[in-house]
Amino acid sequence: MTTEALALIVFVPLLVAAGMVVLPRSWLGLLIRIGLLPLPFLLLIPTMEVVDNGAYRVVLAGHDSPLGIVWLLDPLSLLMLWLNVGITLLVSLHASFSFPPSDQPARRFWPLWLILFASMNALVLSADLFNIYVTLELVTLAAIGLIAVEGKPAALRAAMRYLLLALMASLLYLLGVGLIYGQTGVLDLYLIAEHLEPAWLTITALALMIVGLLIKSAIFPLHAWLPAAHGNAPGPVSAILSAMVVKVSVYIIWRLWFWTAGDWDLDSAATLMGILGGLAIVYGSVAALVQQRLKMIIAYSTVAQLGYLMLLFPLASTLAFQAASYHLVSHGMAKAAMFLAAANILRSVGSDRLSRLAGIDQRLPLDVFALALAGVSIMGLPPSGGFLAKWLFLEAAREQEAWGWLVLVAASGLLAAAYLFRVLAVMCLHPRRRLRSDRRRRAPNLASVAAILLAVGAIVAGFASAPVLDLVAAGLPPGLAP
Amino acid sequence: MMDLLLFWTPLLLVVVSALTGIVIFIAGERKARLRIILNLLAAVLKVLMVVLIGLLVLAGHTPEFRISLVPGLDLVLRADALSLLFATLSAVLWLVTTVYAIAYLERSPNRARFFGFFSLCVAATMGISLAGNLLTFFIFYELLTLTTWPLVVHTGTATAIRSGRTYLRYTLSGGVLFLIGLIWLYGITGPQDFIAGGTLAEHDLDHRLSLQIIFVLLAVGMGVKAAIYPLHRWLPEAMVAPAPVSALLHAVAVVKAGAFGLVRLVEDVYGPELVAGLGMDLPLLLAAAFTILYGSVQALRQVDLKKRLAFSTVSQVSYIVLGIAVGGPLATIGGIVHLVHQGLMKIILFFCAGIFGNLLGIKYIHQLDGVGRRMPWASACFTVGALGMIGLPPVAGFVSKWYLGAGAVAVGREWVVAVLVTSTVLNASYFLPVLKRIWLNPPPDQWPDEVQVSRIEIQALVGSAMVAALLALGVGLLAGHPLSPLSWATAIVTEYFP
Repeated sequence: MTTEALALIVFVPLLVAAGMVVLPRSWLGLLIRIGLLPLPFLLLIPTMEVVDNGAYRVVLAGHDSPLGIVWLLDPLSLLMLWLNVGITLLVSLHASFSFPPSDQPARRFWPLWLILFASMNALVLSADLFNIYVTLELVTLAAIGLIAVEGKPAALRAAMRYLLLALMASLLYLLGVGLIYGQTGVLDLYLIAEHLEPAWLTITALALMIVGLLIKSAIFPLHAWLPAAHGNAPGPVSAILSAMVVKVSVYIIWRLWFWTAGDWDLDSAATLMGILGGLAIVYGSVAALVQQRLKMIIAYSTVAQLGYLMLLFPLASTLAFQAASYHLVSHGMAKAAMFLAAANILRSVGSDRLSRLAGIDQRLPLDVFALALAGVSIMGLPPSGGFLAKWLFLEAAREQEAWGWLVLVAASGLLAAAYLFRVLAVMCLHPRRRLRSDRRRRAPNLASVAAILLAVGAIVAGFASAPVLDLVAAGLPPGLAP
Repeated sequence: MMDLLLFWTPLLLVVVSALTGIVIFIAGERKARLRIILNLLAAVLKVLMVVLIGLLVLAGHTPEFRISLVPGLDLVLRADALSLLFATLSAVLWLVTTVYAIAYLERSPNRARFFGFFSLCVAATMGISLAGNLLTFFIFYELLTLTTWPLVVHTGTATAIRSGRTYLRYTLSGGVLFLIGLIWLYGITGPQDFIAGGTLAEHDLDHRLSLQIIFVLLAVGMGVKAAIYPLHRWLPEAMVAPAPVSALLHAVAVVKAGAFGLVRLVEDVYGPELVAGLGMDLPLLLAAAFTILYGSVQALRQVDLKKRLAFSTVSQVSYIVLGIAVGGPLATIGGIVHLVHQGLMKIILFFCAGIFGNLLGIKYIHQLDGVGRRMPWASACFTVGALGMIGLPPVAGFVSKWYLGAGAVAVGREWVVAVLVTSTVLNASYFLPVLKRIWLNPPPDQWPDEVQVSRIEIQALVGSAMVAALLALGVGLLAGHPLSPLSWATAIVTEYFP
């Protein structure tokens, strides 16, 4: 039952995407619904499975690794599945207005959108290194296609740059996989550990894979491609890129680090990863502070926020795991909300330059409100999911008397506040001239509703943390279990 | 049934205002009538609910709402005597300020945004007053920062935005120190509810230095909002906000949240004995005493009426801190009762400053010549507030100063009396010349910027000021009544010093 449900979760969107290419255009609206709407219901079956039995291993088509496809459903991958399904559905609500099925670009957008969705689901489930490589490539290529889908020059340039760096990242990753396969003959993420000693060759292999993944998740100083790509992509695409696509690579690093290499001594490397995270937070925030375009500010904010996910490596405890996972969830919702709100503003004003946004709060109150609400979570101020994540990080740091990390986490919210309030202050400023309001199409209201829903989700996450935290606590890597 | 009531009423008190704010946002700018009705309804409802909770507490119950945020970490809203004192003050002054604000902002743009955040701000203040532990307090304390910012920058001018930035810089940085102190404290003690007399004494031996540092962190975090020198700079700048906001910032919400937090910190987290034992009472006392004098001297130097009032607030709020830092029951009563008294008196002054500014265009003190003849009622209210601030009986301010002075003598800190006397002299020297201008100087031929407004608007504006003035006189005259703030504060302090 669970196997079938998981297979459907991955293959329904893929098949529908293929159908969109083949079937006549009039079917598009229907196909979108078929490809997306059943997913939350299908996901209930694996959820029951995890609640009852914990982890669940799926061997597709009867071939065990290294030949076949092996998936592992455990609490953490379930959390990622829910996050992906939830955010993708809400962002799709927005996309159904920015790419209405009747328009020409929709023919290109929706198949790629569903491929991206399906391949992320497959990626978080994948249990062997080669499988991860394939799905990661699919995710990247679909993402690049989506960035370029409107054919705007800036977006095309950004997509090209992303493509080159992502290909390099894939090669590094593949090289690492090759080295490990040559050593052990095993590719299973959770079995390699038994065959592998921390010799220099295997450490090199692991390092290559991790560097490749760091590029894909745009961790400082390998972030250079992200701001342009996320800042120039169409609204819903930016939202999913920042909320999910970069996160799934971090998720794979977590898997490699804490599961595959779980019992190796990686302390100094962990500190290095933490320092990268700290630098990312500071650099991303400062860079966001000097941007002149709203979407670029939000994109740099992603660079900064990804840094928190790296703090898991040096802190490495149950609390830190809960903190990082909770940050992943609440940042996903908040950042998606911000990009959607920014997309609505951009569409209505025709530009997202800050100088053009004075007084916009009177014209687009809902979107500014969504931006502000999501901002509360990004700044880590209560009550919000971002605050709880920050609180858990602080507790984790205090537990280990890691005062440096504690101060960093506590104070870095101020940096986020600095760049976000800069935006909000501009929006509250009284415009010197009246805005040319009716020249452009107004974003339809449901597009704003999608942004509001996600933003409210990030706030509500500040109150209803128990299900997520319990799930994470049940799915800790073997070395961390309390 | 009773259990349900006791569980939900504290939450409802917070939620009513939050919901009002959200409905006002959704209703939008044009539905002025709906907005006014909602505002007044919610404000009245809030007073009634506070009365209900007060009755429950008097009957010996403890209304308490509790949910778990993270396993082991609770959000607690609980009504005890101290929280009721603050909640009552907020609810009553909010009702008055709502009436005033509706009239004051008539015809100005962006009223939906203003009143929406105005209501959210009440919600945050209610949360602060009912917070049953330090974490809950922190959550609402930060929420208050967020919800007041849009009010500070309301006019949307470049100056307003700049002041908003200063405001955030101070309050958010204070919040970070607060957060570090909080997480550190919880590391030593685990999550603990507020308990009269404090709970930390048992940890004194093992963690003395940590407890001292944590105290400083928390006190600075709260001192920012309480505008203790040198953390006060945001307050005079925030004067660019519309008058009702200033009234609210100064009398009820922001500075009071800081002062109230310090009361909680000293009395309910550390306990007065431990604070003295850690040697933290003297630095706090010195900071408060210095701020009192500094604020008064600065007030004396201002020519802008609202700025003068702002520095007067800096000075007056420190009376509260002074009271709890002096220690001993009498001074603590003086500090806690001043929480109410200062609120009542300061709100009158800001209401009047707003009336003079809005209707006559008066911004500077020298423009006040002869206002008493043009606006006798508003000027009378202003006089009550100013005399109260100086500490003239029978206005409320006298009662506070009396208790502070007597309390200081009782614990052998006579020099504090000298501070109080000096401050009184300074208060008199910055308020009496203003009163002289108002009543004795001849009016000018033309007011700076006189505007014609409807009768009902003037009535609402002056009426609110008069209600506040009557309250300030009332609590001073009836200080001996069993339900007066003084009796209330005495009851609260009895728990701290059994």
